[in-house]
Amino acid sequence: MTALLANAARVLALSLLAGVSFCALAETRVDDAWVRTTVPGQPASGAFMRITADTDSKLLSVSSPVANNVQIHQMSMTNDVMHMGPVDSVPLPAGKTVALDPDGYHVMLMGLNGQIKEGDQVPLTLTVENAKGVREAIEVKAPARGMMDSMDMGHDHGSMH
Amino acid sequence: MNELLTRRQVVTGMGLLGLGLLAGCDGSTTALDFKYGKDLSNKIMGRTFKLTDTQGEVKTLSSYRGLMPMVFFGFTQCPSVCPTALARAAQIKKIMGEDGKTLQVIFITVDPERDTPQILDAYVKQFDPSFVALRGTLEQTQHVAKEFGVFYEKEPIGDTYTMSHTATSFVFDSRGNLRLGLSPSLSAKQCAVDLTTVMEVC
Repeated sequence: MTALLANAARVLALSLLAGVSFCALAETRVDDAWVRTTVPGQPASGAFMRITADTDSKLLSVSSPVANNVQIHQMSMTNDVMHMGPVDSVPLPAGKTVALDPDGYHVMLMGLNGQIKEGDQVPLTLTVENAKGVREAIEVKAPARGMMDSMDMGHDHGSMH
Repeated sequence: MNELLTRRQVVTGMGLLGLGLLAGCDGSTTALDFKYGKDLSNKIMGRTFKLTDTQGEVKTLSSYRGLMPMVFFGFTQCPSVCPTALARAAQIKKIMGEDGKTLQVIFITVDPERDTPQILDAYVKQFDPSFVALRGTLEQTQHVAKEFGVFYEKEPIGDTYTMSHTATSFVFDSRGNLRLGLSPSLSAKQCAVDLTTVMEVC
């Protein structure tokens, strides 16, 4: 019994450490969510994560109490010119992990209520709709990471050449 | 194909000749042979700029003489390419070790309306305390972007906006000649290789 409890505590601690709170019934999994820290007065930041839906779905929107205006944007690069703009939704094909990272789709947190500091846990609510039109809300706690930290998030820019 | 090869040979030849000339520090800007980046030695662009730093001082290219300035255009609300480029610049400095001390990273905002000197200063310094940020009026910003062939544009979203912009890093040699354009797709290591080539100029 004690062992069981200890195990449960460990699982809880691990999930807290990972900064991801997940619902056992959820059809969509969110991993490695993080938010970029800001400097005082900086009114916007970005949130990044990996999303895996088990049926064909789409990410419709994201909300957060830390920002007045949360949008999903897409970054694209053509001839070294970076283009940025909002998208209506992000397709989440069944079983495929879709990355919201600095090289593509990402969540823009605009009109921030305050500075986002290293170690903050930023609550995010993702609204995902499956092919049947059923909507699911996924709660995520994304830890805030500093500028230099985010460099190690596994995007190797050198691989393109 | 044949023509291409010939052209390449010519360029290589010019590069070799250039090395000889440059050894004498005659102020020429003969083409350099870069492994990853784009040689900008002979482009009529990026000749200078006149902007204000975060302390309110007017800065031009000659303010950084003796250093190797690396200029990047961006805005602090940029979620991806700007922090990635500045974090890469900080990594490059580390990779280059002692040589990295001559690398002067200069962040020029394309969003002077929202990027106040205070925000800019705190923003660039979190990557490396040696980084500086420059800012101009809307006209000055337009002018400097044109001088560097940099594209930037507001993308309206509701009552606010984000921005699209050129993500190239522009590198000058220590005498103020524009030399190298580094694509955002290059790694810190690759950039460091080409920056070493710029350093060898005089």
